[in-house]
Amino acid sequence: MPDFADIWYVLFLRDYNTRLVVICTILLGCACGLMGGFLLLRKRSLMGDMLSHATLPGVGLAFMLAVSLGGNGKSLPILLMGAAFSGVLGCWAVLCIRNHTRIKDDAAMGIVLSVFFGAGVAVLGLIQTMPEGSAAGLESFIYGKTASMVASDFQILVIVTISVLICSLLLFKEFRLLCFDEAFAAALGWPVKFLDVLLLALVTAVTVAGLQAVGLILIIAFLITPAAAARFWTNQLDRMLLLSALIGGASGWLGASLSAFFPRLPAGALIVLVAAVCFVISMLIGTERGVLVRYLHQVQLKGRIGRQHLLRALYEILEGGRSQGELALRPVPFRQIRGRRTWSDAHLRDYIRRAYHEGLVEAPTKDDSIQLTVAGLAEAAHLTRNHRLWELYLIEYADVATSRVDRDADMVEHVLGEKMVAQLESKLQTYRSAGSLVPESPHPIIPGD
Amino acid sequence: MTWYAIDTWIVVVGALAATASALLGNFLVLRKMSMMGDAISHAVLPGLAIAFLVTEARASLTMFIGAAIVGVLTAVFTQWISRFGKVDEGASMGIVFTSLFALGLLLIVQAADHVDLDPGCVLYGAIELTPLDVVWRPKLFGFDLEVPRAALVLGGVTLLNLTFIIGFFKELRITSFDAELATTMGIHSNWMHYLLMTLVAVTSVAAFEAVGSIIVIAMLIVPAATAHLLTDRLWVMLLLSAVFAVASALLGHLSALVVPSWFGFADTSTSGMMAVAAGLLFLLTMLGAPRYGVLAKYFRKAESVGV
Repeated sequence: MPDFADIWYVLFLRDYNTRLVVICTILLGCACGLMGGFLLLRKRSLMGDMLSHATLPGVGLAFMLAVSLGGNGKSLPILLMGAAFSGVLGCWAVLCIRNHTRIKDDAAMGIVLSVFFGAGVAVLGLIQTMPEGSAAGLESFIYGKTASMVASDFQILVIVTISVLICSLLLFKEFRLLCFDEAFAAALGWPVKFLDVLLLALVTAVTVAGLQAVGLILIIAFLITPAAAARFWTNQLDRMLLLSALIGGASGWLGASLSAFFPRLPAGALIVLVAAVCFVISMLIGTERGVLVRYLHQVQLKGRIGRQHLLRALYEILEGGRSQGELALRPVPFRQIRGRRTWSDAHLRDYIRRAYHEGLVEAPTKDDSIQLTVAGLAEAAHLTRNHRLWELYLIEYADVATSRVDRDADMVEHVLGEKMVAQLESKLQTYRSAGSLVPESPHPIIPGD
Repeated sequence: MTWYAIDTWIVVVGALAATASALLGNFLVLRKMSMMGDAISHAVLPGLAIAFLVTEARASLTMFIGAAIVGVLTAVFTQWISRFGKVDEGASMGIVFTSLFALGLLLIVQAADHVDLDPGCVLYGAIELTPLDVVWRPKLFGFDLEVPRAALVLGGVTLLNLTFIIGFFKELRITSFDAELATTMGIHSNWMHYLLMTLVAVTSVAAFEAVGSIIVIAMLIVPAATAHLLTDRLWVMLLLSAVFAVASALLGHLSALVVPSWFGFADTSTSGMMAVAAGLLFLLTMLGAPRYGVLAKYFRKAESVGV
């Protein structure tokens, strides 16, 4: 096991051997995280998958071309150029299939991916029979050779990353609209197709640059995982992209450093696993869309609805028993409340306990009866009134109401406006009995047992 | 070019793998889950590695089971993440299979201490070598047949898939076109989904042990998509996709033998060329299909503009 000093040494880039690799993967992670964010929002995450597979024939053909022209087949710029060329061709083919046939996005990507990759395998098969060609150098494009990156790889990566960063900053506004409302962007007269192609070209650039660093398959993770993780924390595009780039960079940093301690473990795989851990943590505790947060929201909502149901049930029971005028506060047997709705004993007791803590009901009496307090009656009357206004609104305006139905009873004034509320109340006048602030229910209330 | 008995067997094995995949592929394409084959083919790596580490041998049955289990898990995890995390299905698929693949790579590095397990071998397979592994020598019409193991295994898988599709044709059709309607009719569309995914995993694993993953990935999508351009009837589509699968296998092997000689090479990978042949068939269909083809559409448009 490495001791603390070693860890410190590598993590903070003091070690010459690992410094380059770690910086490369951090840069790559940032760039991929950024582009991945756009891809995720355009629901094109698997485009990276398609792209990285589609580069293989380009790499092989570039190698063969370079060798047959007497050059050095393993020169990185030539191979990358080949990769970029066939990557762009693949993107174009996907868009073509999608736009001109009934084949959907996913199948179009799958077709291009498998056919291009098959062509790549065939080309590699040819190269293996060439006298110059142990395809060994090309294998690194599939599995990555993070640990053996050299200064020239570094230069290419830095150039690509910085140009991608500048491009996406300059076109941030355009890309944002492309992600959220393509049709609106087109209506504004923006060159939507050109922007789409430009975005894919930037993704291609990042993918090709990263191929060699983390390998054909693991670059896919770099394009998807950080962006999907960032999505759990925020609904704002700029923050999400920033976070996604940070998570990508951090995964690259940690993964590459870990692989420096355990030289036998491939860096690409470690980077992907670090990113996956970030994703799982974000999915669980992300503050905006995380599983835990959404669960808590649900529990809260359930409690609020339960409270409303309890108070309304109590009010309606009192209302049903009165003869004239003001409602009299009197204890209501638990069984009678229980019969008003389909709720379990346990849930109902829980709602009553909470209402007691809020000071809305008195402590349960010995014969298991519940009585509203004065404050509780006021709250119950308020809730019941709003609920009935909603009901009337839905009865009278069913044609326009559907978009507004799923609202809290509390929000009636906010959503409908004073004029509408006044109008509804006047409609309810006809039912209204003297002396009550709460209009009667527009429909008969079925009494519980 | 000379054609040996071995070449016939290569085509037969390739055609069986292609048909088995293409039959299931129809439903993947219709359910917009085409990338599942690609995902599963990468994701099974840890299953292979774990089975290998446990048994410490390349016993194919345990590795098969390990890979098939991880293949099904890929489908399960993908659905969980997209349902509970509200993540786009494509993205959750990508996250699951890349993570599993990375895990598999780490495990294989550990396994390499014991026996050499080459990830390249897992991904490419070697269809050229399958005829050498002969397990059955029946005498048929006076010929001595040497049936390779891969042909038997893949023949079995093809039969299994065929039985599944015939047995559950109604359920598969309704769940693929309208999952909600299926649920209201009392068909458990989730079960159909997992059953289908299990078969995809089993087929993939059986096929790439024999012929390499590229054939499976291509044949799960391309023949079905090609057939989809030619017909609106499901059973016709199934039939056509099988025809395209067999044709791709034959054309693929032929071109692997013939095409390289035009450029002065000996030969190349048959599995790669099978995918390319399937791609060419798709391209031709995409251009020339009578109703949904690009040319037909173009002429229809020109005609209507002319009027």
